[in-house]
Amino acid sequence: MRPHHRSRVLAVTAAACALSVTLAGCSGTTKSDAEDDAKDTAKNAKADPDAPLKKGLELAFLPKQINNPYMTVVDKGGIKAAKEFGGKGKEVGPSDAKASSQVSYINTLTQQRQDAILLAANDPNAVCGPLKAAMKQDVKIVTYDSDAGKDCRHLFINQAASEDIGRGLVKDMAKQLDYKGDIAILSATQNATNQNTWIKIMKDELKKPKYKGMKLVKTAYGDDVDQKSFQETQGLLKAYPDLKGIISPTTVGLAAAARYVSGSKYKGKVTLGGLGTPNQMRKYIKDGTIEQFSLWDASKLGYLGAYAAAALASGQITGKEGEKFKAGKLGEYTVGKDGEVVLGPPTVFTSKNIDDFDF
Amino acid sequence: MNAPPATRAAAPEPPAGGPPVEGHREARRGPGRFLRWDAAVGALLVAAFLVGTGTTEGFSDTANLSAALNDTAEIALLALPMTLLVVAGQVDLSVASMLGLSSALAGALWDAGWTFETIVPVCLVVGLLGGLLNGWLVTRVGLPSLAVTIGTLTLYRGLASVVLGNKAVADFPETYARWASNTETVPGTFVPYPLALFAVLAVCAALALHCTGFGRALFAVGAQEDAAYFAGVRVKRLKLILFAVSGFVASFAGIVYTLRYGSARADNGLGLELTVVAAVLLGGIDFDGGKGTLGGAVAGVLLIGVLNNLLTLNDVSHEIQVIVTGALLIVSVLTPRAIAVLTARKHRRTAISEATDTALGKAP
Repeated sequence: MRPHHRSRVLAVTAAACALSVTLAGCSGTTKSDAEDDAKDTAKNAKADPDAPLKKGLELAFLPKQINNPYMTVVDKGGIKAAKEFGGKGKEVGPSDAKASSQVSYINTLTQQRQDAILLAANDPNAVCGPLKAAMKQDVKIVTYDSDAGKDCRHLFINQAASEDIGRGLVKDMAKQLDYKGDIAILSATQNATNQNTWIKIMKDELKKPKYKGMKLVKTAYGDDVDQKSFQETQGLLKAYPDLKGIISPTTVGLAAAARYVSGSKYKGKVTLGGLGTPNQMRKYIKDGTIEQFSLWDASKLGYLGAYAAAALASGQITGKEGEKFKAGKLGEYTVGKDGEVVLGPPTVFTSKNIDDFDF
Repeated sequence: MNAPPATRAAAPEPPAGGPPVEGHREARRGPGRFLRWDAAVGALLVAAFLVGTGTTEGFSDTANLSAALNDTAEIALLALPMTLLVVAGQVDLSVASMLGLSSALAGALWDAGWTFETIVPVCLVVGLLGGLLNGWLVTRVGLPSLAVTIGTLTLYRGLASVVLGNKAVADFPETYARWASNTETVPGTFVPYPLALFAVLAVCAALALHCTGFGRALFAVGAQEDAAYFAGVRVKRLKLILFAVSGFVASFAGIVYTLRYGSARADNGLGLELTVVAAVLLGGIDFDGGKGTLGGAVAGVLLIGVLNNLLTLNDVSHEIQVIVTGALLIVSVLTPRAIAVLTARKHRRTAISEATDTALGKAP
């Protein structure tokens, strides 16, 4: 073996640095060049509003992760709808909420020649390439819960207008706190599209003068993992002893936060709010840990998604603004701007109405 | 266990002192020739492929194979330096974090308006430096690689979050992104470019490991570090090089990952290091070092990729897939040991009967 290894390592490093500096001088590909690069082909298919729904359509639901109870309810609603119109629905997906794990699923579903893929995107960009490839193979793409890039899907089924959710959660919390005190947000993953949109709107709402007595001290991320959300709640309450309220706009987060608070000295002192499923939150409503929380009817979201996908696959709609389709017992829906279909305003659950819901 | 004297003499590693040395060549002797685990993994891979073609519609379709192969691109790339490290008795658990750091850095610089042609070398230099830091801590400070790289696993992932925060940067140039996608393949084949690159690098790594003094030195270090040192192998330098290469390849894999998913994020490739180590171990590389072949590691990577694709196509849930991979891994670690124990027992029996024969004066 030869000596001088240190000088050789240094030489390699230096050479690499020199190379990068040299190349920096050249004119290369920058962000502004790329923007013209990425436009997708226009959707030029024609819609036939009177076309009947095709029989035997195969729909695949690809949730953020498969063991998330909320996602399961949505997908079950969709699978039920598929049965109604004589189609077949199934749920597949990764057990972690990572963007990359969804990609291989999209590829295999395309390979299985599904008629439509219904996807709750973990990352709007990472899934884009495979979704475009699927669309080229005439697979219809409907996103729900969390959107993908606009040109990577035909329709987005929005559970509720983001404005309603973000502002609503802050308003509900403020009322319970009498517009005073420090609050924190317990979110899912740092990149979840819907979470970040809502958090942005919440922050915007908090800027209004009537909330001047309230302060958002921290946004924590529980990654939609029960244990991590539990620990983050614990951490928040330790780090900010004056914390008066926690808003968790994710079902996993809210349930974990409620579980921690219900068994701690903070019960009754800290107000919890956010999005939760009635079945998960029932006992915390009953034992007084939490007064109220909200959510849209999850199974209706999947139901609407399935009908929208079927309407696309049957050629009734193409995803253009203003097109109308019938969603079974939910009635008629209209495609809005950017291919969005809004389910409706969220429901607020309290001790009075919670027993009317089972999901 | 004690290796029989004949084998010890044949092993390329220096003898003398300490536990007996078992070179990779030893496995080729006797019954081991037919029971080598890496060959078994290769056979398993072929079997999985044939079963898939026979039972699953669309599996052998070129589009599917391209996608499935491309899904293993980063694991495959990372597995090459990992194999060399594990053969030398080391491990680098920081590779996935370095991948994430490289991806986050690429995103941050791209967002800041840097040219892509500048970003790539900068990321590679960062990877090299990160690898050198690992190597320095292992060789100069003398810490075990497992501890060091668990530390840098968190460190590099943390740096990635500092660099890019919770942002996700997209819109990478199509001119480069298409090289990483599975729809763009080497003309006339279904092999996507990242995997073609992997194939070339795998051949280089295999040659380095099995046909050069460098490779023999790695086996020697992995089998018996002190013995290798006294036999003139520059152990520290060797390790430093390995860690530097590992960091460099990891940062490159970060670029591939970023382009392939079109998304630079700090949490890219989170937890991937364990899949890489699993693939390497599945390929029959001994975690204690000194044993294994590069072909085995490649077969291990492909087997995990093919199995996952096959199970997904058949709508087998992700939990079951994880169980299958886990079970395979345990079998892969267990089988060679079981064979070794059995062989040793047989040798001992022969040795005892020979000794008895000698004592009875029957020997020539």
